[in-house]
Amino acid sequence: MTTPKNYSYAKTHEWVQFLDEETAISGITDFAQKALSDIVFINMPSEGDEVTCGEPYADIESVKAVADICSPVSGTILEINEKVEEEPSVINEDPYGSWIIKIGHISAKDDLMTAEEYDRFCEEEEQ
Amino acid sequence: MGTYVPNSTVEQKQMLEALGLQALEDLFDAIPDEVRVKGELRIPAGKSELEVRRQMEEMAERNTVFRTIFRGAGAYRHYIPALVKAVSSKETFVTAYTPYQPEISQGVLQSIFEYQTMICELTGMDASNASVYDGAVACAEAVAMCVDKKRATVYLSAAVHPDYLDVVKTYCYASNRELVVVPEKDGRTDIDFLRTALNSQSACFLTQQPNFFGLLEDTDEMSNVVKAAGAKFILCVNPVYAAIGKTPRECGADIAVGEGQPLGLKLGFGGPYLGFMACVQDMARKLPGRIVGQTLDTKGDRCFVLTLQAREQHIRREKASSSICSNQALCAMTAASYMSTMGPSGFREVAKQCLSKAHYAAKQISSVPGFSLQFSGEFFHEFVTACPSSAETILKKLEEKGILGGYLLEGKYEGCILWCCTELNTKSEIDRLTALLKGEA
Amino acid sequence: MKLVFERSIKGTACTLLPPNDVDAYALPEQYQRKLDLHFPELTEGELSRHYSELESNAFGVNRGFYPLGSCTMKYNPKINEECASLPGFAEIHPLQPAYTVQGCLEAMALAEKLLCEITGMDSLTFQPAAGAHGEFTGLQLIKKYHDSRGDSKRVELIVPDTSHGTNPASASMGAFKTVAIPSKADGLVDLDALKAVLGENTAGLMLTNPSTLGLFEKDIVEIAKTVHDAGGLLYYDGANLNPVMGIVRPGDTGFDIVHLNLHKTFSTPHGGGGPGSGPVGCKAFLSEFLPLPRIIEEQGSLRFCCDSENSIGRVKAFYGHFLVMIKALTYILTLGKEGIPYAAQNAVLNANYMMKSLEDLYTVAYPGRCMHEFVLSAESLKKRTGVSAMDVAKALMDHGMHPPTVYFPLNVHEALMVEPTETESKSTIDAAVQVYREIYDLAFSNPSLLHEAPVKAAIGRPDEVRAARNPILRHSFSS
Repeated sequence: MTTPKNYSYAKTHEWVQFLDEETAISGITDFAQKALSDIVFINMPSEGDEVTCGEPYADIESVKAVADICSPVSGTILEINEKVEEEPSVINEDPYGSWIIKIGHISAKDDLMTAEEYDRFCEEEEQ
Repeated sequence: MGTYVPNSTVEQKQMLEALGLQALEDLFDAIPDEVRVKGELRIPAGKSELEVRRQMEEMAERNTVFRTIFRGAGAYRHYIPALVKAVSSKETFVTAYTPYQPEISQGVLQSIFEYQTMICELTGMDASNASVYDGAVACAEAVAMCVDKKRATVYLSAAVHPDYLDVVKTYCYASNRELVVVPEKDGRTDIDFLRTALNSQSACFLTQQPNFFGLLEDTDEMSNVVKAAGAKFILCVNPVYAAIGKTPRECGADIAVGEGQPLGLKLGFGGPYLGFMACVQDMARKLPGRIVGQTLDTKGDRCFVLTLQAREQHIRREKASSSICSNQALCAMTAASYMSTMGPSGFREVAKQCLSKAHYAAKQISSVPGFSLQFSGEFFHEFVTACPSSAETILKKLEEKGILGGYLLEGKYEGCILWCCTELNTKSEIDRLTALLKGEA
Repeated sequence: MKLVFERSIKGTACTLLPPNDVDAYALPEQYQRKLDLHFPELTEGELSRHYSELESNAFGVNRGFYPLGSCTMKYNPKINEECASLPGFAEIHPLQPAYTVQGCLEAMALAEKLLCEITGMDSLTFQPAAGAHGEFTGLQLIKKYHDSRGDSKRVELIVPDTSHGTNPASASMGAFKTVAIPSKADGLVDLDALKAVLGENTAGLMLTNPSTLGLFEKDIVEIAKTVHDAGGLLYYDGANLNPVMGIVRPGDTGFDIVHLNLHKTFSTPHGGGGPGSGPVGCKAFLSEFLPLPRIIEEQGSLRFCCDSENSIGRVKAFYGHFLVMIKALTYILTLGKEGIPYAAQNAVLNANYMMKSLEDLYTVAYPGRCMHEFVLSAESLKKRTGVSAMDVAKALMDHGMHPPTVYFPLNVHEALMVEPTETESKSTIDAAVQVYREIYDLAFSNPSLLHEAPVKAAIGRPDEVRAARNPILRHSFSS
């Protein structure tokens, strides 16, 4: 799967797409969904919750594993993706099309990678 | 010495040789000499089966088995059908481990699925787990299901079983959670206190139906008060009561818990018993411990597996909400076989007889001068009376006649007796008790 | 198999109770249950068959080899069951007056004494219901101990990365922060890594010894001293006591608290998941913190005592799994001082013999001497053939034996954790080894057969993803 060029990436395998200076949507990468395999459940946060750069805001379950999902930016959750909440398997099918949260009032960003940097990062992780 | 080691010394020698060793002791070279057991443990020498049996029998015989029991207070003697005993001693059920391998564990998994279904039926709830250690721990685990960052204060009625109260206190102390004990007034939870105490930081309120004193609480009103504050309502219920009494679901509870011992488990000096837990659909993923779910196998046939395992300690580790691993599987199977053997009509009959006999006994006992009902209002199969003289002496006299009388209360109601009747107490037993209390027998 | 509900025939029942012999009393309307109650309706014969069918679709120690690592699936002696069903134990109400339960109290006091001697502890409580419950209880002793000294900043519990999942989970229940330390290449605790995390916030170290890798921590005395010097306490997870009972006592190696799994080490059966029993023992300086009630002797008779201001409180109603304790006591009395170390020796012998018989094919994760269990890795097998640890496990079922623990410990990839126990014979182990070797060969010659295993079991592999995505947790009666 091609890593979208217009997204930015965190070392904890989340992607973020900036809609404008203060707003973004975020989800998990193809690498992350493959590592988890069949996703069965996401423990979703609530709208209005504050998120912090690099800190977990939700966790995601497969049958035999659980992982934190971290926020690549600091801000406030404007919206959660109900479609993903109801049918988390869409993340397996389309990780870059399945945003999990929309974040607003962004005040800080993590050290984020470009698509090429992230691809290289994943190659190193695999070894 | 008794031993269950099947290998003869010849075989042991062959195996040691394969390992290039001389003696069994050589297997332990990783253990530093200075900390090894020198000589032998200071415990008795091993014995034959017959000797051990005699020793255990002698201890057992130093206990009094009462033929007639009017004591409950958290442990209830009910009739256990012969089939239930046969099922619970089936060798493969007894000697199996947790059903980690579903292909060869369908019998155990299905029995748990059936148990979960019956607990849901009993409580009116949508989802049940496969059991926890006992009723008290079920209360503590239910509390943990309700607490989050925003709502962290726990409310507990003073009218629940004192051991349950203590266990919830221990768990709250452990997790640094604030616990408020809602006082009781005339044997029932003080709902006015609860109404004033609850606020936007309240996680949940837990009470018991019937409560420790056998009394029926006004659960509708409690539910209203708790819901108004946005907190969760946990109801600890006697499973036999739920056969005829309003289910926790009908009472507005979010979580139903209780002690499953009345469902075919022996008194056994307090254990092992069975903690059951069930809840409404949207809390199902917060249930602790094992849960069995239905699915399909590669051939498309129905089968059962341990499911939602990512909640549990072996996957979630420090992020798990509970560390429970072993549960009470065999007790759960026993309870399910009890509910199946009784069937809906038989189980309701048990409840009706408990209710009727307790009310007959209450009438008879309170007709004895000096014995009066301590509390007014509805009760199920337990009730409290005041006593004309030292309750201890009264109970001792009954014990001499082979009757285990009611439970002597402590604290606020010291000197009062909590009586219990089940379907096992006959009219003639109750009449004899009454006569003894009157000093006539 | 039909569900018990699907066997139900409306209107049938077992005849069990005599008619009510007193005036009937009815609950007032507002207390009455209105919901239906869908319990099955069956005659006794039908129900008996149902449970026989369930039993024939289960696997227990009575059926065959069950080398489930870390679970100590040894034979469950029948005399244990018989003693626990004596009316003088089984029919006793927990709230009977002390003078009518002297035998129960005596049994508890005797079992406490024997287990203290076996573990090197000074006091012990039977209240915890299972191993994880024992962990929770034992960790509360640590919390209370530090609190009682006004040292409440000690909130960090150290666990090795090979620990059972219950360890960190129990720590979190007690509001401790888990600090995981990596194991050394040889699988043992890394003393330097340990020293690096010790400090004024250290509450204690939780250790399973022998570890979940089946290895004895040979530096245990130094580990203990290091933790004690930093002001922490040592907690012994007794899940793996079996191979060292009577050989070395946790108390003598520096542990302050232990929990035992009576359902593993002391031969009480596991009942398809429980009940277990997880008594907690401690050194004298911690006794005052144990849960209440405690048994005391007064003028030649025993009674429960509830006075101890410093107790952590209750962790369970009444006194724990009394009848399970009776089974364990029966076992200890049977084996005695000679039988206990003899069982341990044979557990270690069986494990080493089986490991030796497999090491030329499967990768032994930590070669050398093991204790009660050993861990194989199917990682290279998987790389070469595509056959995973899970495939091997499923194939074993077709040979009438239970698979080992798979995918644990977490630091070994494609782990197969094998614990034969002392109650298996050489011939059973030889036969099992033969099967493990055949499966290994099959992985190269016909791996697809292994992906499809088991073929002789009641069901094929279940769809666990489906079960977790759309949970069906109860039978539905609406349709």
